[in-house]
Amino acid sequence: MRITVTVDGTKYTDEVEPRTLLVHYLRERVGKVGTVVGCDTSNCGACTVHLDGHSVKSCSVLAVQADGSEVTTVEGLARDGQLHPVQKAFRDNHALQCGFCTPGMIMASIDLLADNPDPDEKAVREGLEGNLCRCTGYQNIVRAVRDAAHHMSPGAGPEAEQIKHVGVGGE
Amino acid sequence: MTATIEPEVGKSRLRKEDERLITGRTRWTDNIVLPGMLHLAVLRSPMAHAKIVSLDVSAAKDSPGVVAVYTAKDLDPDGSIGMPCAWPITPDMKAPRRPVLADGQVNFAGEGIAVVVARSAAEAHDALEAIDVEYDELPVVLDMEAALAEGAPLVHEDLGTNKNAFWVFDSGEAGTGGSVEDAISSSEIVVKRRFRQQRLVPAFMEPRACVVDPTGAQLTMWSATQIPHILRVMTALTLGIPEHKLRVIAPDVGGGFGGKIGVLPEEMMTVLIAQKLGKPVKWNESRSETMVTAHHGRDQIQDITISANADGTVTGLKVELLADMGAYNGLVGPGVPILGAFMFNAIYKFPAYHFACTNVFTTTTITDAYRGAGRPEATFGVERIMDELADELGMDPMELREKNWIKHEEFPFTTVAGLTYDSGNYEAATAKAKELFDYDGLRREQAQRRESNDPVQLGIGISTFTEMCGLAPSRVLGSLDYGAGGWEYASMRMLPTGKVEVTSGASAHGQGHETAWSQIVADQLGVPFEDVEILHGDTQSSHKGMDTYGSRSLVVGGVAVIKAAEKVIAKAKPIAAHMLECAEDDLEFAGGKFTVKGTDSSTTLQDVALAVFAAHDLPDGIEPSLDSDATFDPENFSFPHGTHLCAAEVDTETGSIKLRSYVCVDDVGVAVNPLIVEGQVHGGLAQGIAQALFEEAVHDESGTLTTGTFADYLLPSAADLPSFTTARTETPSTTNPLGAKGVGEAGTIASTPAVVNAVIDAVRHFGVNDIEMPLTPMRVWHAVQHGTTDAGGAGSEAGGGLGSIDTSGGAQ
Ligand code: FES
Ligand code: FES
Repeated sequence: MRITVTVDGTKYTDEVEPRTLLVHYLRERVGKVGTVVGCDTSNCGACTVHLDGHSVKSCSVLAVQADGSEVTTVEGLARDGQLHPVQKAFRDNHALQCGFCTPGMIMASIDLLADNPDPDEKAVREGLEGNLCRCTGYQNIVRAVRDAAHHMSPGAGPEAEQIKHVGVGGE
Repeated sequence: MTATIEPEVGKSRLRKEDERLITGRTRWTDNIVLPGMLHLAVLRSPMAHAKIVSLDVSAAKDSPGVVAVYTAKDLDPDGSIGMPCAWPITPDMKAPRRPVLADGQVNFAGEGIAVVVARSAAEAHDALEAIDVEYDELPVVLDMEAALAEGAPLVHEDLGTNKNAFWVFDSGEAGTGGSVEDAISSSEIVVKRRFRQQRLVPAFMEPRACVVDPTGAQLTMWSATQIPHILRVMTALTLGIPEHKLRVIAPDVGGGFGGKIGVLPEEMMTVLIAQKLGKPVKWNESRSETMVTAHHGRDQIQDITISANADGTVTGLKVELLADMGAYNGLVGPGVPILGAFMFNAIYKFPAYHFACTNVFTTTTITDAYRGAGRPEATFGVERIMDELADELGMDPMELREKNWIKHEEFPFTTVAGLTYDSGNYEAATAKAKELFDYDGLRREQAQRRESNDPVQLGIGISTFTEMCGLAPSRVLGSLDYGAGGWEYASMRMLPTGKVEVTSGASAHGQGHETAWSQIVADQLGVPFEDVEILHGDTQSSHKGMDTYGSRSLVVGGVAVIKAAEKVIAKAKPIAAHMLECAEDDLEFAGGKFTVKGTDSSTTLQDVALAVFAAHDLPDGIEPSLDSDATFDPENFSFPHGTHLCAAEVDTETGSIKLRSYVCVDDVGVAVNPLIVEGQVHGGLAQGIAQALFEEAVHDESGTLTTGTFADYLLPSAADLPSFTTARTETPSTTNPLGAKGVGEAGTIASTPAVVNAVIDAVRHFGVNDIEMPLTPMRVWHAVQHGTTDAGGAGSEAGGGLGSIDTSGGAQ
């Protein structure tokens, strides 16, 4: 099937098999290998990206379902060489070790903050329940998300943070 | 121009590694794409134990996209290839061949049977369906005690036994202490218990993967491994590939925790297939695959007897272990319990000690090192039995520990297990932990809740621990029959512009080596932190090493870096003297500068590097190079320690547990980067707590792993864990010039018994003296209803002494 997806501001049109998962499309066809696969049961959250501004586990979405949509991956967050506030907060708070869960954690955290701009510890912990990390014990991730909350422009969520570059073929 | 004034070591530096990890510009093995690359998929046995009667792969060969299908006969026609085990713990240890693919018989559910090569991973996986296997089922062997019983079905028929090895240490015989039997028969109190270390899955987040490119002058292998250097040697030896024709790269690796120290059948098959086809080949496992085939951890039954005088002075400790190896020996699997042998006496001055372990084969996934490897099991055993002894004595468990531990002024102290602990201060760590925890306040609250029959009871768990880190002393490892040394290597290249490239044989998988090593180099050479690049994980750049496990990176590898830096300075000195026209003895080196003593005449190390590059005017006979390399092999291990305190609220009506607070004070010696140390402790705590409360690899009666996905295997999420209060005391190690002790495993080792002790403490007055891990609400509730759930039934033959007590059968 033929799909057109805008990924990190660039428009792609591709032939895909109906069964292709979004995560495999992103990794193998678009080359967005920053998004990773950690499980095959939609439990780990490592593959989290934004689909039209909301976080989804890209291993539980078919590529064809993303037809006509905008996808943001961790690779599309930094703008003009400036890290996204959540990326920066992860770094500043040592919220990662091996970093494998990190892209998914960052994407999920941005969406969490869009829903709740100033979450308390409990809200962060519950909000990130679908993303597993084996290295950090989560404490610094929680700290990072709460820290990021204070550095986001008001109301800034996935949509406001999305890159609106003109993609291939224009928009 | 440089001169770092403020020392880097001790600074909470943000990590160099993070930039690429937070932006997705990473190089995981699965990201590697090579021209013409083919993909592998492995057909895995659904049976735990069976003869393969027939194996028909012809239909799979015709599947779309399929290039080839291989079975054991194709990959290894003469059946000569076996996965290596580097730790034959006894001369008569049984070492059944573990083939690359099952050769006529499968011995655990998940063992590879055939491998498909296709143009895409999806096509390779599709083709697995077309393979036809006929099995003749054999009886499974899942229980260690049953496996050892007379007439038990055998995992490997030809061995004639399921016993892998028997290993024993006795302090009386070793001359490090007295006889345990004497202690037990003459002591006023004897307590015997059986504890289980359930089987765990290391569950690193990045599944394992391997890419092999045979098209260059060398064969290049990328693997999600902790051990690129060992893997290179082992691959060369296992497959007969000349070592210099093999390059192994561990790119970014998404966690390991010991789970990535194997030499994998999948790695070997990827090499063999790439060689056969002359094309790059990738193997990338799914989570369900990794759960059954990547090695598991723990899985021991511990029968522990402790004897003491009525005043609480422990007189002897006897440990009898059964350790499940799974179906084959892992790379270091048989040695894992032995690492624990040296730690069962923990921080205590026990005068007599006996340790014996029987390693057993079962028809399950192999076990091998998992975060802490042997030490968490040992620490759990001793910290649990100390609580049980305290209870039998009617003593405060902290008081019992204080009575028996090694006092600060007694270091260095040689233990009954024969190790010499270089330094430690258990008093200081404990005092700090108690203060942060409000120990006395919580004890008061506990008493109130008991008195008022509050449905939610409070328990306090203590775990004061030490461990042996910096797995090195090659001589010691040799005496334990470990197959390699434990040294570590580093090299240093001064570049003409004064920047520094450092190679390390210790390759990180999340520990932040690039940052910590840069801090060390910055201090040693007096160059800016940013001017240092750390190269690791590639046998071509960092050509030798012993890799990363056992909290050895910093205390062995980090010290090798210091040694290499010392050599750079020594090489630079005569050149600097020549440049400054003075005698070498008149020079001093500090802050990156050589200065003529008592003058302001100086030159920087960078200037010397440039002069060496130009080499126009060097002293006679001097080699134009500042590069150096060094290998460090310490005389002794290092011994981090700490006091962990856990307060758990137990709902006696539902069995649910809430960790109300968790305080730990760890002494890891000098902390090179306190931020990284803190992060390691957090992660370690989460893993240890998860063993206590959540995780268990369970097989059904047919030997199928029923916890084979993240939907069934309960890895804790953020919502399942509390925040921790962590602090440090700093008693430098005296066994290495850095004074560091290692931190990677501490949190995991200490936290499991702290949590279990807390829960037992909360419900002990219901007659509970043990609950099997993981402490599920069901098990806790059951224990509260019926007293202890330890139905392990360790016999009571241990007694003999006055007031001998054995409650292992169940108190009421
Ligand atoms: S890979 Fe998508 S949730 Fe695990
Ligand atoms: S940082 Fe390693 S899994 Fe989260």
